[in-house]
Amino acid sequence: MTLDFTPRPAAASRRRQIWQHAKMESGLILRNGEQLILAVVFPLAILVGGKLWGDRFGLGFQALAPSVLGVVLWSSGLTTLAIATGFERRYNVLERIAATPLGKEGILLGKGLSIAMITLGQVAVLAVVGLAMGWQPSTAPLPWLITGVTCVVGLAAFIALGLAIAGSLRPETTLALANLLFLVGVPLGIVVPVASYPAWAQPVVNALPTAAVGESLRAGGAGLVEWLPLLVVACWALAATVLARKVFQWTS
Amino acid sequence: MPLALEARDLRLSFGSKRALDGLSLTAEAGRVTALLGPNGAGKTTFIRCCTALLAPDSGSLSIFGHEPGSEQARVLVGLMPQATGAWASTTPARLLRYLASLYADPQPVDDLMRLLGIDEYASTPYRRLSGGQQQAVNLAGALVGRPSLLFLDEPTAGLDPRARKQTWQLISRIRDAGVAVLLTTHNMAEAEELSDDVSIIHRGRVRAAGAVAELVDRFGTLEDAFLACTEDAA
Repeated sequence: MTLDFTPRPAAASRRRQIWQHAKMESGLILRNGEQLILAVVFPLAILVGGKLWGDRFGLGFQALAPSVLGVVLWSSGLTTLAIATGFERRYNVLERIAATPLGKEGILLGKGLSIAMITLGQVAVLAVVGLAMGWQPSTAPLPWLITGVTCVVGLAAFIALGLAIAGSLRPETTLALANLLFLVGVPLGIVVPVASYPAWAQPVVNALPTAAVGESLRAGGAGLVEWLPLLVVACWALAATVLARKVFQWTS
Repeated sequence: MPLALEARDLRLSFGSKRALDGLSLTAEAGRVTALLGPNGAGKTTFIRCCTALLAPDSGSLSIFGHEPGSEQARVLVGLMPQATGAWASTTPARLLRYLASLYADPQPVDDLMRLLGIDEYASTPYRRLSGGQQQAVNLAGALVGRPSLLFLDEPTAGLDPRARKQTWQLISRIRDAGVAVLLTTHNMAEAEELSDDVSIIHRGRVRAAGAVAELVDRFGTLEDAFLACTEDAA
């Protein structure tokens, strides 16, 4: 066999590198059965359960359907990303790939793109199922534009939080904490509206990124313009990014 | 042509622990430079500085004249990490094709897998491979981008004698093709067989450096050199 080892290094285009990494990470996540349960089965169960029994708990389907979209932003942006990244640190995957043309910045861009693609797919599936089950969202463009921006910034905040956790804790701790945060965060404003909480607790819940995303989605569905959630997620995105930059370590 | 690798007076501490304490060394194209030292001497820390995973507190470090981690430096480097280095659920074929896709003119993946015997388990999840098979995949991953500077962190640890011999032959071929190779090892026979230059480091500093013959002349054997340079009083 005559392989030529004469040095001839040349990087692929930056766009191709990031796309290839995003494809690799998306494929790994989608082939993982446990992640699929978190990504699709769990939100679908909330949607179906809400349709059947939501009224008993004061959760009308018109509010629940957009709320479920917030569940997938929370699960993919924080839990899925944190667990995957934690084990990449443990198994020296990040060390290995950081020494390729992709580099550290490319890894983060590829990760962000893979999570965005998966989330977009989840949102599309759940929105279609929700519409088929009777969701009748407003079609007013401005509320949905603001909701869209809020969701993108909110997803960025969740990703930064996920990276801060995965980049500073042991993968086993990350696994436990990311799942715990998912379970705690779902009722904290994502599925359960802030107005359902006692008056004294509402300012606290309103300040959470989970509530900001949930309230914004419900406002978009109802055709209402809500600016506060955008402000809240912007603050969280900034703070979480600063934190992730400070604490993230590439090796464990 | 600048040196493949040039480190001058590198210092790096983790809290109160000095991982690198004035480490200086060079590596040249077409030569194998072995980095010997006990566990915790700073070998892997040094390689992580070269790939910009860690930033030295002070000193200078360059890869063919470029800053480690820069776009120019990243493309020149191939890295075989000490352990793992792959997603547990991926397969060798999928991993190597992914790594190849990051380069404009990579090695042909199928030929590379055949050369290293990876084709026999190309579709087996990485986590189910033996230690030796994982080492072969990691070596292939380091070579796929046709690097100018190759870091091999204990490349033959855990290999059987036949696989070790084949790896040695391959490393010699790579060196002869003009690649600068920096390898860490605990195996003195490996260092003697492969190295053009040897640096013995202890507590983050080079204690002795030179050609194998020079160190043997000075200390008796390479192992004697290692033992003399890595005593606590050294």
